[in-house]
Amino acid sequence: MIRFLLHRTLQGIVLILIVSMIGFAVINLAPGGPLSQYALTPGISQADLERIAHQMGLDRPLPIQYLDWLSKLIVGDWGSSYRDQSPVLSVIWRHMWATLLLMGCATVISVVLGTLIGVLGALRRYSLFDYVATVGAMIALSIPTFWFGLIAIFFFSLELGWLPAGNMYTVGDQSLGDYAIHLIMPSAVLALVNVAIWSRYMRASTLDVMDQDYVRTARAKGLPRWRIISAHIVRNALIPMITLAGLQLPTIIGGALVTETVFTWPGLGRLFIDSLGYNDYPVIMGLLMFSAILTVVGNFLADVGVALADPRIRLG
Amino acid sequence: MTDPVLSVRDLRVRFRSGGRETQVVHGVDFDIRGGETLALVGESGSGKSVTSFALMRLLPEAPRCRISGSVRIGGVELLELSERRMAAIRGPRIAMIFQEPLTSLNPVHRVGDQIAEAIRFHRRMSRSAIRARVIELLSMVGIPDPARRMHAYPGEMSGGMRQRVVIAMALALEPDLLIADEPTTALDVTVQAQILELLKDIQRRTNMAMLFITHDFGVVAEIADRVMVMYAGRIVEGGELAEVLSSPRMPYTRGLLGSVPRFEDAGLRSGPLGTIEGFVPSPDALPQGCAFHPRCPHARPGLCDVDLPDLTAVDGTGHRVRCLRASEPLATENTEVPA
Ligand SMILES: Nc1ncnc2c1ncn2[C@@H]1O[C@H](COP(=O)(O)OP(=O)(O)OP(=O)(O)O)[C@@H](O)[C@H]1O
Ligand SMILES: [Mg+2]
Repeated sequence: MIRFLLHRTLQGIVLILIVSMIGFAVINLAPGGPLSQYALTPGISQADLERIAHQMGLDRPLPIQYLDWLSKLIVGDWGSSYRDQSPVLSVIWRHMWATLLLMGCATVISVVLGTLIGVLGALRRYSLFDYVATVGAMIALSIPTFWFGLIAIFFFSLELGWLPAGNMYTVGDQSLGDYAIHLIMPSAVLALVNVAIWSRYMRASTLDVMDQDYVRTARAKGLPRWRIISAHIVRNALIPMITLAGLQLPTIIGGALVTETVFTWPGLGRLFIDSLGYNDYPVIMGLLMFSAILTVVGNFLADVGVALADPRIRLG
Repeated sequence: MTDPVLSVRDLRVRFRSGGRETQVVHGVDFDIRGGETLALVGESGSGKSVTSFALMRLLPEAPRCRISGSVRIGGVELLELSERRMAAIRGPRIAMIFQEPLTSLNPVHRVGDQIAEAIRFHRRMSRSAIRARVIELLSMVGIPDPARRMHAYPGEMSGGMRQRVVIAMALALEPDLLIADEPTTALDVTVQAQILELLKDIQRRTNMAMLFITHDFGVVAEIADRVMVMYAGRIVEGGELAEVLSSPRMPYTRGLLGSVPRFEDAGLRSGPLGTIEGFVPSPDALPQGCAFHPRCPHARPGLCDVDLPDLTAVDGTGHRVRCLRASEPLATENTEVPA
């Protein structure tokens, strides 16, 4: 087990290194490159640009630049934003908790609702409920998130005036209730797709477990129905879902991107879009690395979770 | 004579899938008394497992599967019970050992907990009393160091050990009836013998009735009091062990006996040697007349392929056969018991 985890950690480090190389190469070789924002400044001369490039170390060979960048990365110096010169890590940090709040709410909703819908659908396969849940999931998966978000804003904010149309808080209020009311719409919109995905996987997983011989054994023991469902069906059906949950962790950046844009939510997704607009390479690279790290951490946590939940893996 | 523990009448099982209905069990009747072992024998696919699942109502629910007839245990009609009351029957009244020892236990729970669970929901017992009982059961089925092994997961045990756990689980509440569906097929011969011995021993002590499913006549000879031979969802021959083994009337039974090499060891004479050619017919394509006639060496055209024979008594011992030619000399001459 320990060896297995060490092995996975090593794999993770290699993955992060590869992502960092590819990301670094793509951004530095892209047309424009890190200098493009200065190039747009009116009246700037070629000599000025070269001087800036030299100052920033951009005239050195790419591998040297990479190693330099990487060694700083390891000690926590992720560079500073071109926009306001604040350190990349603190920029990410500042936006992260907004995203965490949103993703956290959406994830709790999707896991709870998705599991419930999935399990019920499997237990009452081909019932009206199952049919409605299946069609509902198809619809939820085929509606573009931004469209659904805009429709929600139209009804609940513009027409009914029940909920704020965007932002995380009202300036000057910032009470807990104020945060909560701002959270409702974006987390519901974000959860919609995830509930659909989670419930489909959970349904399939539950159906799979229901056919297993050990469920028949549990019934043959004369256990009450609730006990069979909780201890022998859902308990086992959740194991593959841990892996799915681990894969969801890195979508913290990409997953909320559209939702954050529609609801002007000050999270990582917004930061990413804005940074692209400003050619803010240090922040873009920072987000890329952050995403790679989350992928590795997510996988690692999923492995540990599965091992804890499944003795076949733990002892095998 | 005491009343039977289990009484089955005209049991029929139909499966439905994709709008098509397939009948797998076609009207089965039998009784089992306390302390008695009835062996149910037949080739793969003849409907033995489906019959036993029907007794415990472990088959899929109504639209997918329909069971009709009567299954009475201690006077209670099981086919009419609510699922909730049926759950109270499973365990203390009927318990079952399954055919697949490797997959019958939940891989994520400790074996001791899985046995404890079988007790906990039927008996008001303290934790420590249950624990003591689990250890007792595990040592009874021959698991060494039970106080430690009860904490193992199924994946840490061999097939034989897992089957013993399943047996311990089935015996936990000392059921009136134990259904053992090929409990030893997956195990090697020495383990097999130990487990048969164990079951006989427990039966002697608790007067448990047993329905023992197998396709191995060697095992039948060791454990059964009576035998019932099943083919294509019907009982084709039944009677006292010695009676059926020494003078099988149905060509199918003789074929089965002929294909058991170990049979001579049991000290009983087998029928004419030889295996049965062909395969068990699929339940949704049963031949007209006797279901066995296409494979039967004695089938007579115009007779066996027309009418379905009844299960009729051949003598006063309760020996019954489903064969139109059972009383004809040709069908019996090969199996005369030597003087
Ligand atoms: N759930 C089901 N739906 C439809 N048909 C089924 C189902 N379960 C079993 N059958 C069919 O019923 C027939 C009898 O199967 P069964 O498992 O009872 O055979 P068996 O006598 O136990 O054989 P074996 O010795 O291989 O265990 C087979 O043709 C099988 O395909
Ligand atoms: Mg079977």
